Amino acid sequence: MLPDAYRKIAADGIWHNNIVFGQNLALCPLLAVTGTATNGLGMGLATLVVITASNGLISLVRHLIPSEIRIPIFVLLIAALVTLVDILMNAWAHELYKVLGLFIALIVTNCALLGRAEAFASKQPVKEALWDGFMMGMGFLLVLVALGAAREISSTGTLFANASLLLGESFRFLEVTVIPHYKGFLLMALPPGGFIMVAFLIVGKRLIDQRLASKKSAPTIIPELAV
Amino acid sequence: MGVTAKANPWKYPSRNSGLMSGHQQTHRNFNLILPDTIMNADNETLKAKAASIWNWLKRWLEPTHLAALRPQLTFQTGVLAGFALLASVLLGMTNCSTEGTIQQRLAEDLQHSLAEVVPPELHDNDMLQDIRTIPSAEYNIAADATTVYISKKAGQVTAVCFKLTAPDGYSGAINMIMGIDRNGNLLGVRVLSHKETPGLGDKIEVAKSDWILNFVGRSLENLTPAQWAVKKDGGVFDQFAGATITPRKSVQAIYRGLQLFKAHQAELLHD
Repeated sequence: MLPDAYRKIAADGIWHNNIVFGQNLALCPLLAVTGTATNGLGMGLATLVVITASNGLISLVRHLIPSEIRIPIFVLLIAALVTLVDILMNAWAHELYKVLGLFIALIVTNCALLGRAEAFASKQPVKEALWDGFMMGMGFLLVLVALGAAREISSTGTLFANASLLLGESFRFLEVTVIPHYKGFLLMALPPGGFIMVAFLIVGKRLIDQRLASKKSAPTIIPELAV
Repeated sequence: MGVTAKANPWKYPSRNSGLMSGHQQTHRNFNLILPDTIMNADNETLKAKAASIWNWLKRWLEPTHLAALRPQLTFQTGVLAGFALLASVLLGMTNCSTEGTIQQRLAEDLQHSLAEVVPPELHDNDMLQDIRTIPSAEYNIAADATTVYISKKAGQVTAVCFKLTAPDGYSGAINMIMGIDRNGNLLGVRVLSHKETPGLGDKIEVAKSDWILNFVGRSLENLTPAQWAVKKDGGVFDQFAGATITPRKSVQAIYRGLQLFKAHQAELLHD
């Protein structure tokens, strides 16, 4: 369906070179906003927009950027894009903006954006760079939602609480109570619990990788039987 | 295009700075405006000029040409300045065009907070417009001047509402809003924002517990100063299990807010 190069970029962004699982970057915003799945989703969407736009923009002007001053220019462009998203969210997605607060501006410090700009966008054509930005952003969004969901279910027993408040009335169907009459587990709502949960997710990912790798190498033909 | 035979007016002798690759010549065309030509031009010539400018631009933006330009200091300065200018213009435009919408959102937020502490049946005016400012520096609510929103019904003042801050919460400032009726009785208090410990101090939020609703109806008259404290300090308000400082400081700040109102009661209730 997709040409090979694009498929590889997608696989890298979502799984193999995932911003959190593969590169272990962006842990600060990850832990801070994943108290609930909805907040994770909101932050993920904002980061997705910024990383795609920044990759595309930097790839567009990559020939104009001398390598001696590439870092200041990358930071300038990323900061301008993040400020743009910040202002637009304040005006048009105000509830989500109030919840995410400082962490929208902190997308600038998200190493993943600068990393992708330096490692990929400044060297690749625009279409590949846009696709890579989109896939890296999707990978990050999936981790944010997964971690947010895990922490929310284990700390308050709900899933996607306040989805309608932040994303609009049409998303009310998302709000579910997974464990009724749950006493609550405070640790998971606090940063230490977030760290612990991220560790579990990373272990889970490694186990799945191991299983897939062993499945690939499993069917070895025993030479004697091939007589 | 009839310009092939004549010398091309757009072409100036190029200066070889020694850094460019031998087979590439740069056309330093700084003067793109020839007034005579444009004044006397017809459609054909204008199209020709536009096409040649476009070609010049395409040649200038060719990767090999840019690769030759990139090491030069003037180019680097120019690119940095150019991007900075682009960013400033873009952000300036966005800021200007969304300023009105953002102000509207903040007004909506304030309206929502006011509605939580002043019952709607008590006012028929626009509380955001009827405001008075009172000095509040001596009351330790983190504001030298406090904006008071007046609620009126049929021209008579029924209640007032203002924001206050407990600057000494456990983890920082606790921002609150309170509504007081004519006689000094509390109509309601809400915590707008705080940094208190989740699960412990955050019970001051109305979404987490009913604690904040205990203040409705209280005043400086129906409680003595000693009673305006948490039970641990000899007062009538509950503290939280595992968190005493948060409710203590909140109660104290609300008490100071009532004192602020009393000090300016006459002036605020005056129609």
